[in-house]
Amino acid sequence: MRIGVITFPGSLDDRDAQRAVRLAGAQPVALWHGSHDLEGVDALVLPGGFSYGDYLRCGAIASLSPIMNEVADAAKQGMPVLGICNGFQMLTEARLLEGGLIRNDHGAFICRDQVMRVENASTDWTSGFEQGQEITIPLKNGEGGFIASDDVLDRLEGEGRVVFRYVDVNPNGSLRDIAGITNEHGNVVGLMPHPEHAVEPGFGPDTAAAMRSGVDGLGFFTSVVRRALVEA
Amino acid sequence: MPTIVVEVMPKAELLDPQGKAVVGALARTGHEAITGVRIGKRFELSVEGPIDDALKASVRQIAEDILSNSVIEDVVGIHFEQSNAELAEEAVHAASEHTDTGYVAPAGETH
Repeated sequence: MRIGVITFPGSLDDRDAQRAVRLAGAQPVALWHGSHDLEGVDALVLPGGFSYGDYLRCGAIASLSPIMNEVADAAKQGMPVLGICNGFQMLTEARLLEGGLIRNDHGAFICRDQVMRVENASTDWTSGFEQGQEITIPLKNGEGGFIASDDVLDRLEGEGRVVFRYVDVNPNGSLRDIAGITNEHGNVVGLMPHPEHAVEPGFGPDTAAAMRSGVDGLGFFTSVVRRALVEA
Repeated sequence: MPTIVVEVMPKAELLDPQGKAVVGALARTGHEAITGVRIGKRFELSVEGPIDDALKASVRQIAEDILSNSVIEDVVGIHFEQSNAELAEEAVHAASEHTDTGYVAPAGETH
């Protein structure tokens, strides 16, 4: 399976995402924002960072990139697309996911190992988790407050499209503790925390077993790989 | 050069952490009379030609689709006016007309 990771001007976590793809057993394909070519990949990751310096709004200018036309088409045809942090912001700006992300309610940038609960274990990117499983992956953002109108929030909840919810601490003022959501087909998932930073022992969050041994993020990537194998 | 000004504000019902930080600083510096601050954005768009209906329609669309995100913000104004730069230039020009004799040292001042 070939998974494209799109680099935008100001992307920071594209290499980490490529590494996560590799560790999950797929082949990472580096894609460029200025191109119109998805190079035949089977899935896409929009990585974290500060595209265009967060000018205008986080993810707003990147969402107008040339390659986003192809991303939107592919997403609508069912290709798995994962937006992490700035990638999540781009997906909301591109209207591929609902809601929006605003500055953290406490006004500060936050970086912590975050516990969240998997509320939907049937999306392309979460099928390897158990429903209700609690996982810990790093969170690092300044504008991660998820908001939407009450109508949209009710619909997201009613349709099971809240994929992750923060546990113990709501780190950024997200409404209803929402950390990540999906589209109606479950192929497009966006979340603020960073699964690609918890994929290899020695470099992840601390666990009860050992320091930095957390690899809960790997499940995102193995989920999409396994689903592709099953469907092949 | 004609300038179009677009003003965008965070939705009224949303917490505005930037404004909250500023109002806190105002209170700390003795300006308790100011009870609220909200921070928005002002865009100045320059155009070469005349501002006709087609351009106005296009500006309204740009304001709604690109300059703002309707999920989190509202477009609160679209105006056709002079830019800050032009206003500043005019002010400088007007000032220089009054003082074009240059600096006149008050009596007794030596440099």
